[in-house]
Amino acid sequence: MKLTDIENHLRQFRIGIAGAGGIGSNCAMALARCGVGELVIADNDYVEESNLSRQYYFTDQTGMSKCKAIKNNLERANNKVSVTTCHIQLDKKNIPDIFAGCNAIVEALDRPEMKEMLIEAVQTRMPGIPVVVCSGMSGWGNNELIKCRKIDDTLFICGDELTEADEDLPPMAPRVGIVANMQANVVVEILMKLKR
Amino acid sequence: MKILLNNREETLRKDLMTVTEMLKEKKFSYPMRIIKINGTYIPKEEYCSTFIKEGDNVQMIYLMSGG
Repeated sequence: MKLTDIENHLRQFRIGIAGAGGIGSNCAMALARCGVGELVIADNDYVEESNLSRQYYFTDQTGMSKCKAIKNNLERANNKVSVTTCHIQLDKKNIPDIFAGCNAIVEALDRPEMKEMLIEAVQTRMPGIPVVVCSGMSGWGNNELIKCRKIDDTLFICGDELTEADEDLPPMAPRVGIVANMQANVVVEILMKLKR
Repeated sequence: MKILLNNREETLRKDLMTVTEMLKEKKFSYPMRIIKINGTYIPKEEYCSTFIKEGDNVQMIYLMSGG
C-alpha cells in the first residue's frame, strides 16, 4: 500500500488523546505525521521548563498552555490535520462528551488514579471504542522489557508494566518516546483495519 | 477451580470466590490495577460483589505512574 493511500485512509478518522504530557505530546505528533484526520486532545496543564526533557514542546513555549502549544506544533508538522484541544480536567462525566465520535482513545495520563478513571469511563460508557493505555516507561535502558499487550479488541497496553515514575527514576525522552510511538502504532493498526 | 489469569492457567482453592478473595489468595497487593472478567470491565467498587467461577478468563493490568 502506498503512503498516499494510507494517508487517505487515516484522514477519515478521529482519535482522542487524554493528556498532553510526555506520552500525549509524542503520540499526537506521530499520529499527526501519519495523517490521522482529527485529533482531540484534553489537558489542563502549562508547559514548564522541566517538561522539555521528554515532552514535545520547545523552549519558547514555556508558560503556554499545553493545548495551545501542542496545536501549534502539530499544525506545523502537518497542516492537513485538524486539532481540537480541550483545556479541561478530565473526569468521569466529561470523558464521553469530549471524546464523542473518536475511533480510539490514547490514555496518556500521569497518575494511576487518573488512568483508572479514564479506562473505566471508556470501557463502561463508550462500548466498543478501543483505549490504548501506557503503563511503565520511566528510567532508561531495558528496551527488551517494553512491550505491547492486546487484552481484547477494546483494550491495549504499552510499556514495561513495572517501573513507577519518581524522583530517582524519572521519565526520560527515549523510553517515553518508545512507549508513545508504540501507542501510536497500535492506533494506526486499529485504524487500518477499520472501514469507512 | 482453574481460571485463566493473564492467559495462564491458575488454580484457586475455592470453586467460587469474589475478586477481592482472589486478589488476597494470590497476594496481589499493588493497589492500582484494572480487571476484566470474560471481557467485562469490573469497577473497583464491585470487586467484593463480583464472583469468579471455574474457567473464567481474568485479565489484570497494573497501572504504573508516568505518562
